Amino acid sequence: MSVEPFAIRIPQSTLDDLRDRLNSTRSSRDDATDWDAGTSPAYLRDLLGYWRTQYDWRAQEAELNQLAHYLATMSGVTIHFVHARGRGLSPFPLILTHGYPDSFLRFRKLIPLLTDPASHGADPLDAFDVVVPSLPGYGFSDKPDKAGGTFDIGALWRRLMTSELGYERFGAHGGDWGSTITEHLARSHSTSVAGIHLTDVPFWHSFQKPDDPSPDEQKYLDSIAAFQMKNGAYAMIQGTRPLTLADSLNDSPVGLAAWLVGKFQRWSDCNGDVEQRFTKDELLTNIMLYWVTETIGTSFLPYYDVMHAGAPRWIVEKAKDLLGGAAKVPAGFAMFPKDLSHPPREWAERFYDVQRWTELPRGGHFAALEEPHLLADEIRAFFRPLRTKA
Amino acid sequence: MGIRPFYIHVEDQTLDDLQRRLARTRWPTITGENGWKFGTSSAYLRELMSYWRTGYDWRLQESKLNELPQFKANLDGGDLHFAHVKGRSMRALPLLLLHGWPDSFCRFAKVIPTFSDPERAGGTSKDAFDVVVPSLPGFAFSGRVQFPNQERPMRQTAEMLWQLMTQVLGYERFAIAGGDTGSAVAQNLAIAHPSSVVGIHVTDLSWHAGNVDPAMASKAEQKYLEASKKRFMEDGAYIMVQTTEPRGLTPGLNDSPVGLASWILDRFHSWSDGGDHLRTFTPDELLTNIMLYWVTQTIDSSVHHYYAEARSPSLLPSSHVDVPCAVALFPHDAAGIPPRSLGERTLNVQRWAEMPRGGHFGPLEEPALYAHDVVEFFRPLRSTR
Repeated sequence: MSVEPFAIRIPQSTLDDLRDRLNSTRSSRDDATDWDAGTSPAYLRDLLGYWRTQYDWRAQEAELNQLAHYLATMSGVTIHFVHARGRGLSPFPLILTHGYPDSFLRFRKLIPLLTDPASHGADPLDAFDVVVPSLPGYGFSDKPDKAGGTFDIGALWRRLMTSELGYERFGAHGGDWGSTITEHLARSHSTSVAGIHLTDVPFWHSFQKPDDPSPDEQKYLDSIAAFQMKNGAYAMIQGTRPLTLADSLNDSPVGLAAWLVGKFQRWSDCNGDVEQRFTKDELLTNIMLYWVTETIGTSFLPYYDVMHAGAPRWIVEKAKDLLGGAAKVPAGFAMFPKDLSHPPREWAERFYDVQRWTELPRGGHFAALEEPHLLADEIRAFFRPLRTKA
Repeated sequence: MGIRPFYIHVEDQTLDDLQRRLARTRWPTITGENGWKFGTSSAYLRELMSYWRTGYDWRLQESKLNELPQFKANLDGGDLHFAHVKGRSMRALPLLLLHGWPDSFCRFAKVIPTFSDPERAGGTSKDAFDVVVPSLPGFAFSGRVQFPNQERPMRQTAEMLWQLMTQVLGYERFAIAGGDTGSAVAQNLAIAHPSSVVGIHVTDLSWHAGNVDPAMASKAEQKYLEASKKRFMEDGAYIMVQTTEPRGLTPGLNDSPVGLASWILDRFHSWSDGGDHLRTFTPDELLTNIMLYWVTQTIDSSVHHYYAEARSPSLLPSSHVDVPCAVALFPHDAAGIPPRSLGERTLNVQRWAEMPRGGHFGPLEEPALYAHDVVEFFRPLRSTR
């Protein structure tokens, strides 16, 4: 068997080293409180104080180990995943893919809602077997030993679900990089994938501007360009000089926190106050995952891969589109108001067979964490007609 | 408004703390590849860091720096650090030398002797300068200088330096030479106080010069602007980060010496013709520059200017410097070599020189070429002082 159970157990030496670094942090004299120029220095100081004196990793670790973790090794690549079995007559298999700067933790609140709907006021017929992997280069998955692998993750996921876990037919959900990976999965393996559910339209579609955008689509494309100028710096540096940035983030815990926390504040539906949506423990446990595994550098690889994909790659992807990959697989979208982009439905209809499109009243980029009940309802509703093959 | 002598002295504690941090560096891995493909070469960086830990002698570098007469001037906003070397001549022309980011007043270390004592360098005392080399506000030993607001920081910097030259040092008219931020400051100063400025010598045109409507640009200018755009997409991400989310970046740079070194060295590598081992600089030069940011904890204040300036630009494409200008361009500089017509849009270009070699840090990499150009440019202007 190439699937082994796994328990998270960070060496004490790692935690001791972290404590020393936190205690010797060289903080800036900057006393600003706003978040306009990135993470608020005042908030960072507050978070650092909590991290140093109150945050309890071992307690978080124990709680995380209540989930069933595994390591699957496929062709020499080891992938970490959580496997949560559904409670019901016929749980439907579903793979959930996270993005950046998050992790499998993105789905922590969602997992029980999907595996055990009956305990949450919903129908046990809507139960799922949930598989939540960590992307290669993230968390407890292997770090890739060369660039370019982002486009192969979909195939890896398919192998995990079918060969390793024995699911012939399954659904897939994702957001951020997770939506891109989910789309790749559907495009190349439509016979295994019953349907895909996304919280955004993968951004790379906007690289190929159509000749005939509608006014709403043009508005969307303009907003993407504006986002890139105003908020896209992180993607640009991660895609062009990832190591230059990772050198400080992998060596300074406060540096890592500053780089990551800003996104939770900017991209969530938190009205400027990050703790309206996330507790310090939630923010820090996610940061810890990047810190203890030293994966901040490899987490940048998808950005690097997409930026360096070049024309041949997009031609291959386009060809797969023409062969009807993604278009054959039913797609559902749950769009949250404070997410990074707001494409019109017609934009998604260019690339997918859109069978469900819902615009939710609240929530942002990390919808699974911010509004797990709204998202769970959407996922249940989308996959309900797809559970049995037509 | 007084001045007092200043000597650089870093506490032992700071040096010990630095050693501890270097010893516990956690190196990230983005695949096993070396080279500069993903950013600062990890092989190069490890070698330089090893030297930093075991061979680099800060106390020696510190004492060498202290051979330059240095001072602090108390001005509105705080204490401004500067080196001041009087010229060996009765009629030395005052020369304000302005560094940029990510460098320091040390940019001019090799040319200060030539400027102040040209005879010693085989020239004539008629070409002597009184040299004034500040640390720009927010940088190194001027790190604590704070402006009353975030409006047009380069203009406020220029104002402070004008006060230094005219009110503190008593120079009625003076020359200016600089590059990078120093070029922008020189231009601001010349625009705000043209009667004080004999002329400016710059090694780049500054950002606003590239903001030309392609429809109004010549073929050569269009070609250059296209190339600039391409360069920006490949290597301009650091600007995007510094102008939109500096506070996500600088906490790590101020806490990790290797992280700070990496961020700065990637610029030195990109903007020089030193190749993959940065051979146009010595390890001591590179590390001493990084040390100035590290020991003063000024990476965040120096970067913050990018952010503030981007939101409130001091120079616009319509800005024009009327005093005599010289432009000396080094081929490996960040912006490459623009067509002369582009420079003439914003500057009163009296001299335009395209150097055969060298990059962004011309005065460090090619001190003789640089110094010669500055001397030649200002010689006919000395009678106008």
